[in-house]
Amino acid sequence: MKQINLKINNVPVTVDEGTRILDAAKKAGFNIPTLCYMKDVCNDGSCRVCVVEVKGARSLVASCSAVVTEGMEVFTNTPKVLASRKTTIELIMSNHKKNCLSCVRSNNCELQTLSQEYDCDCTAFEGQTIEYPLDESNPYLIRDNNKCILCRRCVAVCNKVQSVGVIGPNKRGFATHIGCAFEKPLSATSCVACGQCIAVCPVGALYERDDTAKVMDAIHDPDKFVIIGTAPSVRVGIGEEFGYPIGTNTEGKMVAAIKRLGCDKVFDVDMAADMTIMEEGTEFLARLQDKTAALPMITSCSPGWIRYIEFYYPELLQHLSTCKSPQGMFGSIMKTYYAEKFGIDPKNMVVVSVMPCTAKKTEILREDMSAAGVPDVDVVLTTRELARLIKAQGIDFAALPDEKFDNPIGEGSSAGLLFGASGGVMEAALRTVAETVLGKPLDKIDFKAVRGTKGIKTAVVELNGQKLNIAVASSLSNAKTLLEEIKAGKSKYHFIEIMTCPGGCVNGGGQPIVPSRVRNNVDIQTLRAKAIYDTDKKAKLRKSHENPIVKTLYADYFGKPNSHKAHDALHTSYKKKEKYGK
Amino acid sequence: MLERAHILVCGGTGCTSGNSHKIAEEFERKLKEKGLDKEVKLIMTGCFGLCARGPIVVVYPEGAFYQHVKVEDVAEIVDEHIMKGRLVDRLLNAEKEEDGSYKAINDTDFYKSQKRVVLRNCGIINPENIDEYLAYDGYLAYQKAVTEMTPQGVIDTIKKSGLRGRGGGGFSTGMKWQFAHDSVSDKKYVVCNADEGDPGAFMDRSLLEGDPHAVIEAMMIAGYAIGADQGYIYVRAEYPIAVKRLEIAIDQAREYGILGKNAMGLGHGFDIELRLGAGAFVCGEETALLQSTEGKRGEPRQRPPFPAVKGLFGKPTLINNVETYGNITQIILNGAEWFASMGTEKSKGTKVFALGGKINNTGLVEIPMGTTLRTIIEDIGGGIPHGKKFKAAQTGGPSGGCIPASLIDTPIDYDNLIAIGSMMGSGGLIVMDEDNCMVDIAKFFLEFTVDESCGKCTPCRIGNKRLYEMLDKVTKGEGTMEDLDKMEQLCHYIKENSLCGLGQTAPNPVLSTLRYFRDEYVAHVKDKRCPAGVCKALVSFKVDAEKCIGCGLCKRGCPVNAITGEIKKPHYIDPAKCIKCGACIDHCPKKAISK
Repeated sequence: MKQINLKINNVPVTVDEGTRILDAAKKAGFNIPTLCYMKDVCNDGSCRVCVVEVKGARSLVASCSAVVTEGMEVFTNTPKVLASRKTTIELIMSNHKKNCLSCVRSNNCELQTLSQEYDCDCTAFEGQTIEYPLDESNPYLIRDNNKCILCRRCVAVCNKVQSVGVIGPNKRGFATHIGCAFEKPLSATSCVACGQCIAVCPVGALYERDDTAKVMDAIHDPDKFVIIGTAPSVRVGIGEEFGYPIGTNTEGKMVAAIKRLGCDKVFDVDMAADMTIMEEGTEFLARLQDKTAALPMITSCSPGWIRYIEFYYPELLQHLSTCKSPQGMFGSIMKTYYAEKFGIDPKNMVVVSVMPCTAKKTEILREDMSAAGVPDVDVVLTTRELARLIKAQGIDFAALPDEKFDNPIGEGSSAGLLFGASGGVMEAALRTVAETVLGKPLDKIDFKAVRGTKGIKTAVVELNGQKLNIAVASSLSNAKTLLEEIKAGKSKYHFIEIMTCPGGCVNGGGQPIVPSRVRNNVDIQTLRAKAIYDTDKKAKLRKSHENPIVKTLYADYFGKPNSHKAHDALHTSYKKKEKYGK
Repeated sequence: MLERAHILVCGGTGCTSGNSHKIAEEFERKLKEKGLDKEVKLIMTGCFGLCARGPIVVVYPEGAFYQHVKVEDVAEIVDEHIMKGRLVDRLLNAEKEEDGSYKAINDTDFYKSQKRVVLRNCGIINPENIDEYLAYDGYLAYQKAVTEMTPQGVIDTIKKSGLRGRGGGGFSTGMKWQFAHDSVSDKKYVVCNADEGDPGAFMDRSLLEGDPHAVIEAMMIAGYAIGADQGYIYVRAEYPIAVKRLEIAIDQAREYGILGKNAMGLGHGFDIELRLGAGAFVCGEETALLQSTEGKRGEPRQRPPFPAVKGLFGKPTLINNVETYGNITQIILNGAEWFASMGTEKSKGTKVFALGGKINNTGLVEIPMGTTLRTIIEDIGGGIPHGKKFKAAQTGGPSGGCIPASLIDTPIDYDNLIAIGSMMGSGGLIVMDEDNCMVDIAKFFLEFTVDESCGKCTPCRIGNKRLYEMLDKVTKGEGTMEDLDKMEQLCHYIKENSLCGLGQTAPNPVLSTLRYFRDEYVAHVKDKRCPAGVCKALVSFKVDAEKCIGCGLCKRGCPVNAITGEIKKPHYIDPAKCIKCGACIDHCPKKAISK
């Protein structure tokens, strides 16, 4: 690639052609603050916090979107630049609801950080502000436009990364605000509930619906038997909320902390992921035999993805595996098998699942998610909410000993843990499907072709002479690419894994929020996924079908995978959703 | 058959709103009734420019210039002028020759200092008839370009002419064409920016209404020069007549084989589609216009990449404004040297201005670059009404600045206007007299840009809003001297930090008035006084008891019953009730009420 020579604050630097000034400055050792910019998500150059002086330019230049040219001389720290940034931040604050003391993002707010760094006066510009009602129309997230700074990262992630695009700027000038078409509430749109908008929001304008009170109410209710289960990704994310480096598996401390909340049992949803592999693997093998069955079969673990296909590609619903997600299976196993076995009335049982995901909050409301006549799962907490709950209860996370999930059905295999990373479901399924078909243990169980953060990963797997084409996609724009192939009749794949969020659940919309200045330089998807793969490498139990609990569940209760009883409790169905419904 | 007389009725937007269509219908009826419809030709033309005197009817061969014509006047014009050869004096422009005869249209003060290059056919031809355009050398320039010149030759000619963009920035048109030409792509586009949005400006509208083929032909030449076969004209939906005439013109050009796959059989294909804008000012900014053309929200994006590299649908795109295109055919036909002979060293050719505000001859004028503001205002514009004093002129619309009376002899060109804190803009020219408060004027223009900001970048969305609020404080007498300094700083900040031209120029009216009329700001702040008596919060209406004759007219005229007083005794205005509308001043026969 052509190299470009330029100077940043008189420091010579050579970068690839097409590099943005911001990145060239980084290479030269100068950090430039940003607000609207987020790597791989948004570079509209709208906030103007990243302005720099470029010799010969008429006005200041937004370094997040301007590309370097040969001989360019850039100055990132002149008095004019610093004064401009300060004014920009102060102007933004003049139209921002500054109730920082009670804001969910206080201490993790990019505007707050910049304000402190630039010694801003939050009363420097006072004037009209527009009062917006909160959009609380849905069960998973809340939009507070009074805090929105119009960076448009949410718009970019929704439109470009997820190909959903249900939000955008409405009105113009000072009245500009982010909203849905015709000012409809989010609930009236084809929002898939992925929560990526929350994950990219620099301030407190978007946040999950907080259900922590429901959990504590249940725990304090003597009649309730409270079970809390945690999804694979939660253990590799939650540590960040307590000061651990990104990509630390704090499973032991997490379990200890949840136990100290006072619930009755803490189980591992990884076990339900193992059950998913059994059901889904069996379903896949059956489809391979059945000439009339729809192929490729596509995974159904990710509820944002389920909403997406129901809204946007209802004609392809037959490709979806009928398996409930691990959360759904976890809840139904608790309310059927576990309730029966331990003689607990499902009505008095409260199943709480802790998920890296906001869409899970809508998944539990789907028809069909009530195997025992009551909801499979009662409350969904995101990783962030669990952390909040632990903090509010005064539990000293870092000081806790490592503890284990409760028995008897707590333990999952590390194949189940893999569900947290994009490609993990595929890898876990291949471990089981391959051994089922071959009838003997595999020599090598790592399927590295499906690992990593690439948007679409493909591989060919040979099973008893049959070549299987598989594909793994994360983010809905990548899913869309594969779906368009299927629609056009050009898909060569037999099995596809799709995860809603880029990189999979480790980067879910319910995970700890990492500010852009970190995300722009560190790949959080890879780091969190690495914690999963490292754990898998060391694990003793690495295949779902070898999990003793799985064996017990089939032996004691479900019979065999895809049995009638398994279908009743562990499978579901899908139907077309209208994009602009009620 | 050769007609013995031509009756030209103005069909521009101004005269149309004055019922000129009914006037034309009446002429048609009347001529038929008198059996004259074969020997007298009736033509609905584009704008004549002198909108203040509309509806306008011009009768040739005399060039008799009838103004303020009503439907009822038609009979008299036909009976007297057409039938008997006697001009209808009462409707004529009052200007006379030394011998006492009435001046023909082109000899009147309004027209004689003008040089109509772009507007050459406006008020001459019927814009809805392609044959009339063809008769005036129509599509000859395209033929010449394609048959006698290479694409690079066309671009060199445009470069040599010194033509600069008429839409605002004043960038070299030839260079723009060169960049679009040099971009390598399987598809390129030619776009015409007809999203004229400056308040009071209607140059582009008049050209499209009066001579749509001139723009179409220029776009075809541009298509040949840069290697594009598809054009888009982005025109605001608020210009229904322009839209209709463009549609007619495009249809006729297609019918004649001028637009289409093999234009005029010369081997180069070109076609044009219209895109209607919904009236957002920001869509005049080229990147926003392209977004809107694609069907997206009209918002500017960062440049570079410039449209010439990455424009419409991601392809190299040449985008010029209507008036810029209006010059092209003439440059091709008459040569670069001819064009460069007009104007100043760095600003060649002519410029069309829309004259408005406190001026007698409001309307459209085209003058050679370098003409002074004085010539435009005093000679062409006919001076200020009611003998008031000229105070300032705003060029460049809300993006421009106020030029004070002391600079009235500045020759108008791109660089001079920038040097004195204004800009050429698209050509709005608003004249202000002693009754205008300059703080209020700045507030007016800023209110417009605050309203029209797309809301994308912080400096424009919030900065201009806060600037407006500070100005508002000043006009209410609540400002401080610190506010004035803070305003000035904020102005410079907005100019340097905004994403697009709209934000970068929005503070110009504030900066230029702070520069030339700072004393007025200081009077508002320190003395709590509006010298021009405009800012309502600082004005109180009083009756001079000495002058008041107690007639009671003011009392009757007051819409809020704020005036009391017995007949033949001095009256009194209750300041608590007074809404400062000024109706009492208008009603008082003795000028006894002051503010």
